[in-house]
Amino acid sequence: MTLSMRTMGALAVAAVAGATLTAQTVQINGAGATFPDPIYQKWFAEYNKMHPTVQINYQAIGSGGGIKQVSSRTVFFGATDGPMTPDQLQAAPSKILHFPTVLGGVVPIYSIPGVTAELNFTGPLLADIFLGKITKWNDPAIAKVNAGVTLPNTDIVVVHRSDGSGTTYIFMDFLAKVSAEWKSKVGVNTAVNWPTGVGGKGSDGVTGQVKQTPGALGYVELTYALANKISFGSVQNSAGKFVRASTETVTAAADAAAKQMPADFRVSITNPPGDSVYPVSSFTWLLLYEDAPDKNQARTMVEFMKWALTDGQKFAPQMGYAPLPKAVVDLEMKALDRIKIK
Amino acid sequence: MIKTKARPDEVLFRGLTGAFAVLVIVGVGAIGFELFRQSQLSIKEFGWQFWQTDTWDPVAGQFGARPFIWGTLYSAILALIISSPVALGIAIFISELCPDWMRWPLVFLTELLAAIPSIVYGLWGIFVLVPVVRQLEVATPDWLRSVPLFSGPPLGVGMLSAALVLAIMVVPFSASVAREVLKAVPQAQREGAYALGATRWEAIRMALFYARTGIVGAIMLGFGRALGETMAVTMVIGNNPQISWSLYKPQYTMAAVIANEFTEATDDLHLHALIEIGLVLFIITLIVNVISRLFIWSMAAQRGPRAARPATLKAAA
Repeated sequence: MTLSMRTMGALAVAAVAGATLTAQTVQINGAGATFPDPIYQKWFAEYNKMHPTVQINYQAIGSGGGIKQVSSRTVFFGATDGPMTPDQLQAAPSKILHFPTVLGGVVPIYSIPGVTAELNFTGPLLADIFLGKITKWNDPAIAKVNAGVTLPNTDIVVVHRSDGSGTTYIFMDFLAKVSAEWKSKVGVNTAVNWPTGVGGKGSDGVTGQVKQTPGALGYVELTYALANKISFGSVQNSAGKFVRASTETVTAAADAAAKQMPADFRVSITNPPGDSVYPVSSFTWLLLYEDAPDKNQARTMVEFMKWALTDGQKFAPQMGYAPLPKAVVDLEMKALDRIKIK
Repeated sequence: MIKTKARPDEVLFRGLTGAFAVLVIVGVGAIGFELFRQSQLSIKEFGWQFWQTDTWDPVAGQFGARPFIWGTLYSAILALIISSPVALGIAIFISELCPDWMRWPLVFLTELLAAIPSIVYGLWGIFVLVPVVRQLEVATPDWLRSVPLFSGPPLGVGMLSAALVLAIMVVPFSASVAREVLKAVPQAQREGAYALGATRWEAIRMALFYARTGIVGAIMLGFGRALGETMAVTMVIGNNPQISWSLYKPQYTMAAVIANEFTEATDDLHLHALIEIGLVLFIITLIVNVISRLFIWSMAAQRGPRAARPATLKAAA
């Protein structure tokens, strides 16, 4: 069913693209990650207010779908929460560039009967819990980093995403960096072979499951934890500090990573150096062809990107996203010049 | 028989309806072929191992469908065990016992259940049913917990919640078909039974016996629906691929894993494995339908000598 819907979607997109060639307005279609969907919709709507002739449509079909559709050129741009692999870049018809747009943080959420304190977690501790090696809330390893909090002898119910997700990718990427066992046993992907726990569908599914189950521990994007007013813990960063996620601490993580930013922006910024950085942070990327066939669309898109990376960033914090640090924006403004608009 | 030239409108009508019928067959064939074609990588890589192994690891590229096959069949059968008596009870009550003023609202309400989108059942499952099931699981005494059927942590989500949601979703389908079937039992049959001094219960039993092939058909229709149900099950089953008799443990179904992982599957082998899961589901649904068809035919054949069969038997002789 999904397949046929996808094909139909592609056909519809193709039909719309064909129809607009004759019109005055520039219509651009994109598809991809669901995580940045709210802010992308906001950006496209705001941009349309300023430039009524520019209409950008975005379908939140998932990062995997976005990569596939942009690679087969059924949409003009894609969006993804995990950078494209070298294989995927190789398979694309021409060179695809990555542009970070905003940042997100993934937070451990929990509900423990009788515990209202904000808990601390270390990376290896989270890995051991998600590996099923630590099973009780009063385990000495948890007590050690949470001095002064009385934890009950309750089973930990691990809740993870059942659907393939960029959120999972970011969380796995972090766990693999801090735990060798996680890296070798489970690995990093949008969906993995979970050693333990129950799967909730979507961020809402995980949040609902954690809220309802006494002793549950899950992970969601910061946005969801804030919107659902659910307790989330601080995570220890590489400097040994326990940091609570916020738009500032997530932006700080990107700032820390900007110093060693590769030219193609395909970089994981989980567990970066720095005292005040939140370690489970990631960019989300927009995917654009360096040499797109339609130069009119390419020019419009570059103009839009320049706005989104500067003025557009002010919408980020109010929607729960962390804005890009200036150092990264400067690098991207230069990189946008590589896109051929003539 | 007098030979007449067929009227053009008749030819057109026959051609048109025939084309529609053929379209269904072509459609089913095309789905099967397409599923087979697009799962080539996975079929070549794993062969029959795909049906026999339990590991589903997108990172390592290791895919086995057995826990999903198990979860699909187990949840559907459990749902059937729960829903069939209820559906049959509703059908009997409406067609045989119900006072006239109640009939129409009852029919309307059961059919309304069928019109509710499955995502609504899923949300209802998460927010209403799952907490109740968890209470039940917490209250399970320890001696019962040692029985494999009731082992496992009290999570709320799991096989029991999935089976209950499925059962509720299946009831209206089975009930309305069973009701139609009972309605089709000739009034003369009932009158005959009463004339022989049968009680009301005996007359109903007679009607049930008369309608039994249709009732099995009604139940199998529900089974087909339970096998393919996706969204509501995904939301309450816990999505953990493991083979277990336990009603409390989270498990996984074929439709659920496709819905969960298809959008974000970027690796070709992963994608092909998911499509092969679709192929396996397609084959299993086909087998279930064929078996139920054969079952209904064999039951119809048993009734043979007293019913319509003799004519054909004579013709054959």
